[in-house]
Amino acid sequence: MKSYGIRSLLTRRIALAGMAAAGILACINTAQAADPIKIGLIASLSGPSAKSGEAITRGMTLAITEINDAGGVLGRPLELIRRDDEANPGKGLIAARELIQREGVTVLFGGLQTPVSLAIVPYVNQIQVPFMGPWAAGTPITKNGADPNYVFRVSAVDEIVGVALVDRAVSVHNAQKPGLMLINNPWGESNEKALIAALAAKGMPNAGIEKVEAKDVDVVPQLTRLKEAGADTIFMVANVGPSAQVMKSLERMGWDVPVVSHWGPAGGRFSELAWPRAKTVEMIQTFTFSGNDNPKADEKLTALKALFPEIKSAADVTPAVGIANAYDAMHLTALAITNAESTDGPAIRDGFYAIESYDGMIKTYEKPFTPEQHDALGPNDYVFTRFIDGEIIPID
Amino acid sequence: MIASTLITGLGLGAMYGLLALGFHVTYAVSKTVNFSQGSSMMFGAVMGYTFGVTLGWPMPLAILAALVCCALLGLAIERFVVRPFVQRGSDLWLMATVAAGIMLENIVLFTFGKEPRSLPSAWADEAIEVFGAGAYPLQLAIPVVGIGIALLLTLVQTRTKIGKAMLATVQRSDAARLVGVNTRTVIAASFAISTVFAGIAGLLIAPLFNVSASMGTIFGIKAFAAAILGGITSAWGVVIAGVLYGCIEALTTAYLGSSYTQIVSFSMVILVLVTVPNGLFGTAGLKKV
Repeated sequence: MKSYGIRSLLTRRIALAGMAAAGILACINTAQAADPIKIGLIASLSGPSAKSGEAITRGMTLAITEINDAGGVLGRPLELIRRDDEANPGKGLIAARELIQREGVTVLFGGLQTPVSLAIVPYVNQIQVPFMGPWAAGTPITKNGADPNYVFRVSAVDEIVGVALVDRAVSVHNAQKPGLMLINNPWGESNEKALIAALAAKGMPNAGIEKVEAKDVDVVPQLTRLKEAGADTIFMVANVGPSAQVMKSLERMGWDVPVVSHWGPAGGRFSELAWPRAKTVEMIQTFTFSGNDNPKADEKLTALKALFPEIKSAADVTPAVGIANAYDAMHLTALAITNAESTDGPAIRDGFYAIESYDGMIKTYEKPFTPEQHDALGPNDYVFTRFIDGEIIPID
Repeated sequence: MIASTLITGLGLGAMYGLLALGFHVTYAVSKTVNFSQGSSMMFGAVMGYTFGVTLGWPMPLAILAALVCCALLGLAIERFVVRPFVQRGSDLWLMATVAAGIMLENIVLFTFGKEPRSLPSAWADEAIEVFGAGAYPLQLAIPVVGIGIALLLTLVQTRTKIGKAMLATVQRSDAARLVGVNTRTVIAASFAISTVFAGIAGLLIAPLFNVSASMGTIFGIKAFAAAILGGITSAWGVVIAGVLYGCIEALTTAYLGSSYTQIVSFSMVILVLVTVPNGLFGTAGLKKV
């Protein structure tokens, strides 16, 4: 009887201990399962380019909301953590280190500024954390020479934009000798190479290459040089502030020359700052809500209005490229993590290559990334637009 | 090309001169400089926008209110950022004024907003033709205002009681105090005048540029270069140097290309300082040994 009793007691103890251990393990597993997968964003959240950071945030937030409502990724919700780069490459790199090392983000997203992304790229390649570019178009961001390369992009690429700008100037404005007006930073340099290569491919000369500083009040001297050198079209590559100063200076000179622009002016209050000349700029984009016959555009605009009550119309979601690029980039990233079946950097990198198809806001992506191709958008995804009354409208 | 380039250079240069005049006023009276001059310029433009556009006040009233705010800012800088250090015989006012400028920029960023705005002006609506080149009337007004203010300052300094009090304060402040000059008030007034000059520069340039929290930094740096170039002890010197600096910048851009602008203009400042250490029009202070 006694031995039976001991055995019974032991069995009960073992059973209780087992249940307790199972309970603790279940708690641990539940906690792990519920731990969010952190997605970092380093963009301009203040200063003249703040609207770009706001647009990327809106696009990512909409995508994350949809993903989390559908059960998350790997059974875990996604969480967005943002840092302001203040358009400063040094601050961007510090923020990248903090987000990766302290916050433990799984994937890092960049912002509008090419110089900031270029500062972060060597670090993410070294630490093997995937970086997604939803806006900055500098060619060397994805074509950075690293092997393995952890940098992906859903955005325009300068070297392709250069070809598109030259094609537009020649086909629509019959340009023979265009002049270049470029921001004096690495983004301007990236476009200088792209435009010169695109002009050389057509055997065309240029009237000159002039630089504009971010705080230039008056760029008449630079424009006068281009005018006197016989420029018949201006290629403009600069963000909102300096682009506005270029247009004001053209107005002052009374020089009615076609301006074919990269998408820099789309990042803020260009209509207000550039006066009447704002609407004459022909600007490249990857997406617009206005004049878009893709039903997803309307559907997502409605969803954005529900998520951000301050959005009343398409005029409140400029620049739309930031929203659309970030939205598609976030969904593609979620697919990459799903394919990886883990949050390990190298596995997610392979996960990007394993994406077969995704029906996004900009287009249906078919095999968007390969080891040789880290840019999901190509020349067929560009559209030319004008800024009219604060809204970006597609043109022919 | 020369006419349009000179219009650009004169407009920008007069604005540098106006800001540099602010450096001169405080230096002449107290041997201190308000390094937040660029931020004070931004403050003038932001307050002008707030009163004139956001609150919809008539523009003359908005400008007056903005300049009153600038004067109060100058008084606050002198009282809380400069005086405590000067009283202790410390030169740390230099760093403190830089810090005050950064603080002001961030406060404006937080309250005014992140995006640049356009300040409308009837004087910058339509370009007119001057010597075959296009120019906004406001661009032509800036040199007139700059030279007018320099003239007014010279008259005040040489012909009025407060001007003589300022002169006495800088020459022998103890003796000035003995004959009844309130040197503390004179120094405070010089800071108020300095920030009002910066505010005027901000209000003049805003319609041609934009209004934003970060608009003043680069202007402040270039204006200080102009002050050093002209000789910070000479009111006319700093204004002439400002105009020269602006014209050299514009001419370099027009004839050599924009890649050379900063190289040439700052090389010129270094060259002048090496050859004429007190600036083009400045005088060395006497040191009794």
